[in-house]
Amino acid sequence: MRTFSSFAIVLSAAMLLAACSSTKLDDKNAPVESRAGTGATNGADPRAVNTVNAGSDPLNDPQGVLSKRSIYFDYDSYTVKDEFRPVVEAHAKYLNSHKDRKVIIQGNTDDRGGTEYNLALGQKRAEAVRKALVLLGVSDAQVEAVSFGKEKPKALGSDEAAWAENRRSDIAYQ
Amino acid sequence: MIRHSRTALKPPHHFRRLTGVALTVMGIAVASAAHAELRFEISGVGASQIPVAIAAFPGEEGAPQQITSIVKADLARSGVFKLIDNSDSLSDASAINYGDWKNRGANALAVGSVQRLADGRFDVRYRLFDTIKAAQLSALSFGSQPQLMRLTAHKIADDIYEKLTGIPGIFSTRIAYVTRSGKEYRLEVADADGEGVQVALRSNEPIISPSWSPDGGKVAYVSFEAKKPVIYIQNLVTRQRTLVANFKGSNSAPAWAPDGQRLAVALTRDGLTQVYVINADGSGLRRLTNTAGIDTEPRFSPDGNYVYFTSDRSGGPQIYKVSPNGGDAQRVTFGGSYNISPRISPDGKTLAFISRREGKFQLYALDLTNGQEQRLSDTVKDESPSFSPNGKYIMYATESGRRGSLAIVSTDGRIKQRLTTQVGDIREPTWGPFMK
Repeated sequence: MRTFSSFAIVLSAAMLLAACSSTKLDDKNAPVESRAGTGATNGADPRAVNTVNAGSDPLNDPQGVLSKRSIYFDYDSYTVKDEFRPVVEAHAKYLNSHKDRKVIIQGNTDDRGGTEYNLALGQKRAEAVRKALVLLGVSDAQVEAVSFGKEKPKALGSDEAAWAENRRSDIAYQ
Repeated sequence: MIRHSRTALKPPHHFRRLTGVALTVMGIAVASAAHAELRFEISGVGASQIPVAIAAFPGEEGAPQQITSIVKADLARSGVFKLIDNSDSLSDASAINYGDWKNRGANALAVGSVQRLADGRFDVRYRLFDTIKAAQLSALSFGSQPQLMRLTAHKIADDIYEKLTGIPGIFSTRIAYVTRSGKEYRLEVADADGEGVQVALRSNEPIISPSWSPDGGKVAYVSFEAKKPVIYIQNLVTRQRTLVANFKGSNSAPAWAPDGQRLAVALTRDGLTQVYVINADGSGLRRLTNTAGIDTEPRFSPDGNYVYFTSDRSGGPQIYKVSPNGGDAQRVTFGGSYNISPRISPDGKTLAFISRREGKFQLYALDLTNGQEQRLSDTVKDESPSFSPNGKYIMYATESGRRGSLAIVSTDGRIKQRLTTQVGDIREPTWGPFMK
């Protein structure tokens, strides 16, 4: 993602230069452009050179949307909320273009209720994410939904903040 | 009212006051005792208590375990006996003065002897008398290995319990449960009194839903060691582990059929959690329930005619039953909007389950013959009920001081016991069967 946006900046700077070069210097009506100013607002150095690492994986970009691996659920809810759609879509896109990659969706619940019933509820959250990925074209063979139920809480404690943190599905790349 | 608290295994307080050097020396002994330490507390008594006297057995002071102190602790913990204090020492050969014991308030008297044999075993003899009828009720003798003296004592307590109540005793049965301390999970096996702890499985990932095989030799459980729930059966003696179910998705809630050949399990291989039946060697998978929601926590009825399970087909979780051959399921629970974890008593007449009412998760019993429902616990985070094999008690997991602990309640709700560890959590209990 970083390499792409850097490329875009370089590209737009180049286009800007091309546009400027077509302006005749003797045309009095031509608007006066401040090149230095344009460069400053873009924050781009037109002479900058950014490195592309061939084969680098956008999955490993800590700034990218693929770094988001958790989908949170409301209390007693097992549907993927709209705010997490972009995360699911980004992972679907990645998995569709990397057919060799596999993910395990790990569903979790808060600590209220029985061990086995919560395991089944965690599975419901994992299954919701799995289904969303498959609807976006990801192959069944690439994704497995499992549940940790209430057995592996990320947040300890018995308050709403801890419960909310644990009502979650994680996307774990294998 | 008996209020009994066992503290014998607790490290004496002065250990904690020792200086650093001494602690280092003592450290190993204290640490090794720590994980084995379960503590029992009892409250409440049975509707009627049978007064019984246990005389000291001559020779028992030379054995590794004091037989009569174990017998007395067992009988006291059951809540159905009143122990008549005495300082008598009577062997199985002593003449019994029935009138004297009757006057001292004892309806029954146990006597016995312990003698070391040439081969290192102990010859333990015991007799039980009815002081009212002036008659012998029972006589047993054991050739006990020194390390099995606790078991011998529990068997004597079982015999006293059975002869005086008409119900088989459960003191020689065992329990299995899961402890968590730091990052370590352990599946442990202990005597029904919480003593004699042995570790069956150690893991850095959760272990849940242990279920004891009908022959008492194996435990089925769910282990997360492969980063997902997978069902194993472990032979407790040989340590051999059999992979029963590792299908795509989650594999959980193993429950033995009474024949010990098959298990009902909960799998997600076809979508959400559903109930299946599978052979104990992992072959012959067959789907039993078929809904678009959750069907889980299967349990065979003791006669094998039904599989009880938890289902959310009506919205919230309720308990249903279905023939192990399939067909339509019948709803069993109607009170409350959240009923889970069905367990059927050995006589098939009572359903124990966990119900959430007003935010509390509590143990309930439903009389299947008349539909009467009774709340059996005062705690609020109850889970995983398990009947004693004689059907008189239910063990369950609960919380005490924010830590997982075990509790036992008599099925009439009168006698309550609490089992705690000093370190970490203890949960997921399963009561083992009667064993030869």
